[in-house]
Amino acid sequence: MIRVRFFARVREQLDCELLELPWEPRYGTLDGLQAALEQRGEPWGDVLRQPNLIRAVNQAVVSTNAILQAGDEVAFYPPVTGG
Amino acid sequence: MVRPLVRDRFAVSIQTEPFVTEALQKALHEREAGAIVTFTGYVRACNDGAAITALELEHYPGMTENSLRAILDEAAQRWSVLAATVVHRVGLLAVGEPVVWVGVSSAHRGDAFTACEYVMDYLKTEAPFWKKEHGDTGSRWLEARASDSERARRWQLP
Repeated sequence: MIRVRFFARVREQLDCELLELPWEPRYGTLDGLQAALEQRGEPWGDVLRQPNLIRAVNQAVVSTNAILQAGDEVAFYPPVTGG
Repeated sequence: MVRPLVRDRFAVSIQTEPFVTEALQKALHEREAGAIVTFTGYVRACNDGAAITALELEHYPGMTENSLRAILDEAAQRWSVLAATVVHRVGLLAVGEPVVWVGVSSAHRGDAFTACEYVMDYLKTEAPFWKKEHGDTGSRWLEARASDSERARRWQLP
């Protein structure tokens, strides 16, 4: 299984905060997982293709592609605005 | 010399409850501390000209705490820090309520001032918090500010 979390504006736009997906080989990279999610139809494609989307794997921000394994936790969120 | 990091002197709290700054500051104090610098951030009454009635804060549980601890670790590697605390509130906050508190103690004021500013600058650009403003005309998620990224970039080593 792979766990995918969405936060803030991205969460609202998708009306989804958590996906628990049975493991598939196409989720073997972060780009592969994102492409699979974008193919879920609208609004998924538009929301996940927005500029400045931040991606994290196992709670660490990833700036390029990354290898994923079953059990990983991935998150998609907009630029942070705390403080 | 890099001071070995004493974990319990570097505290992080994410909470819905208000905090008492006097108690937080007192807990930071120790005999070797010649200076404590603190920062308190509050909910402003207006932002970009729009009146605000409340601020809602969302975060990424787990990652937020790890991210703040990493920022404190980095500050303690770069400056002589005796102890440091970050408290950040989440949930629904009213105008005028405190949102965030950072306190740093050090032997001398220079390190305390600098490390406190560094922690705030990185908190604003890296820790996974998001603000949603509620006002008379509706609600909106805040956009990240380029000026915050520029402030954080100043600290990057050449």
